[in-house]
Amino acid sequence: MSTDEVLSVSHVSKSFGELDVLKDMSLTVSRGEVVSVIGPSGSGKSTLLRVVNQLERAESGDISVCGQVLCQNDDKGFAVYSDKEILKNIRLSIGLVFQSFHLFPHYSILKNIIEAPVQVLKKSREEAEEKARELLNKLGLSDKESAYPYQLSGGQQQRVAIARALAMNPQMIFFDEPTSALDPELTGEVLKVIRSLAAEHMTMVIVTHEMAFAAELSDRIIFMDQGIIIEEGTPQEVFSSEHERTRQFLQNYSK
Amino acid sequence: MNYSVVLSVINYPALFSFLLEGTVKALELFFLTIVLSLPLGLLVARLRLSKHKAIQLPVKLYLLIMRGTPLILQLMFFMYFPSIVLHIQGIDRFMVAVFSFTINYAAYFAEIYRGGIESIPAGQQEAAYVLGLSSFQTFIRITLPQVVKRIIPTIANESMTLVKDTALASVISVAELFKNAARMQATYSSVVPFAVAGLFYLIMNSVVSAFYSNVEKKLNYYKG
Repeated sequence: MSTDEVLSVSHVSKSFGELDVLKDMSLTVSRGEVVSVIGPSGSGKSTLLRVVNQLERAESGDISVCGQVLCQNDDKGFAVYSDKEILKNIRLSIGLVFQSFHLFPHYSILKNIIEAPVQVLKKSREEAEEKARELLNKLGLSDKESAYPYQLSGGQQQRVAIARALAMNPQMIFFDEPTSALDPELTGEVLKVIRSLAAEHMTMVIVTHEMAFAAELSDRIIFMDQGIIIEEGTPQEVFSSEHERTRQFLQNYSK
Repeated sequence: MNYSVVLSVINYPALFSFLLEGTVKALELFFLTIVLSLPLGLLVARLRLSKHKAIQLPVKLYLLIMRGTPLILQLMFFMYFPSIVLHIQGIDRFMVAVFSFTINYAAYFAEIYRGGIESIPAGQQEAAYVLGLSSFQTFIRITLPQVVKRIIPTIANESMTLVKDTALASVISVAELFKNAARMQATYSSVVPFAVAGLFYLIMNSVVSAFYSNVEKKLNYYKG
């Protein structure tokens, strides 16, 4: 494995009962790369992120993150997971931004951001607050630190969720349809933040339905359908694809 | 026997002091039950939510018995079973009442907690998990505070019921408010002591109700 490979997913399968959500999925992401995953609903895009974030368990396959093994196939072809400590380290190296934010409603904005740095990374409160204020400033939310999530717009809440993920200094950030719960007006402010992270060479995997945005920002686009990768390449390659399924899918967006 | 509603036959200072003694006993029973059954109920709720059948099933049986039989019978059972069947003597009546009330109310509180815990969106736990919080930290810091806010109105309800239920301890002759009122009634052949007792219960519950309203207001600093 080359040193700048931060994520390697190889031959991963996952099913919910009868339904195979991921079928023999393989994918690598290099440091600083921005990868967008597109595809119809139920194609397994979110499940892919959730498996790497350990919110779901792979049934078979190998996954490693920044050189640490998350799971590995045994000789019978079943995924065997690493020790708790390693799993936690891996979890901490990846930030996840959810479609519906999942901020902690009983905490102020500042407390939302410092919670994990203080409780998990054991940083001092002062240090964590300083970093949190820096992030809020950067995301244009300086005046919101003592507000509560319910007082913020969806776009602002999503930016706080991004700040909360960044406060943990992750190696990469996953976005699971970060703008799908937002109206178009608020979508822009979240995309702007993601764009600025890309400019700083943050490694990102973005599951999205924002085609123009994905095309503009991504180093690579992955088109998934029914649990498999149909096509993978530069935005230009994928958006001008000759592949029938890809074209059929993209047509719905250009109308 | 002829009961009178004539107010002049009663020695009021004696009546009030006797009923106040009963009120103090009732309040002791109330507070001890609340203080013991609220944490016990939380523990029971966690066990009830266990994935292991070997833990879940006995807890379900306990919940069924506690909620499925009259508290008045449970009081009598714990009062008389040890002495009649096990020949254990000298059991304190008040302690039996505290014990019975505690395990009975813990069952109700457990189900209230469980409903509250299950009402918190899974995304809260997922967000905490992804950020690296342990399951204990997640429960104590993320889930439980949100649960408390949601269940306060129901806990208030149960607490007011408990104030009135303390009267049931009279069945094992604990000298609480209702028992003392009954004795005064016999002494004076008057129903006035019961009317006064009713007023005392009402006053206690006004305080309990005001207390929980206040807590509810305090937790209104956030929504969701």
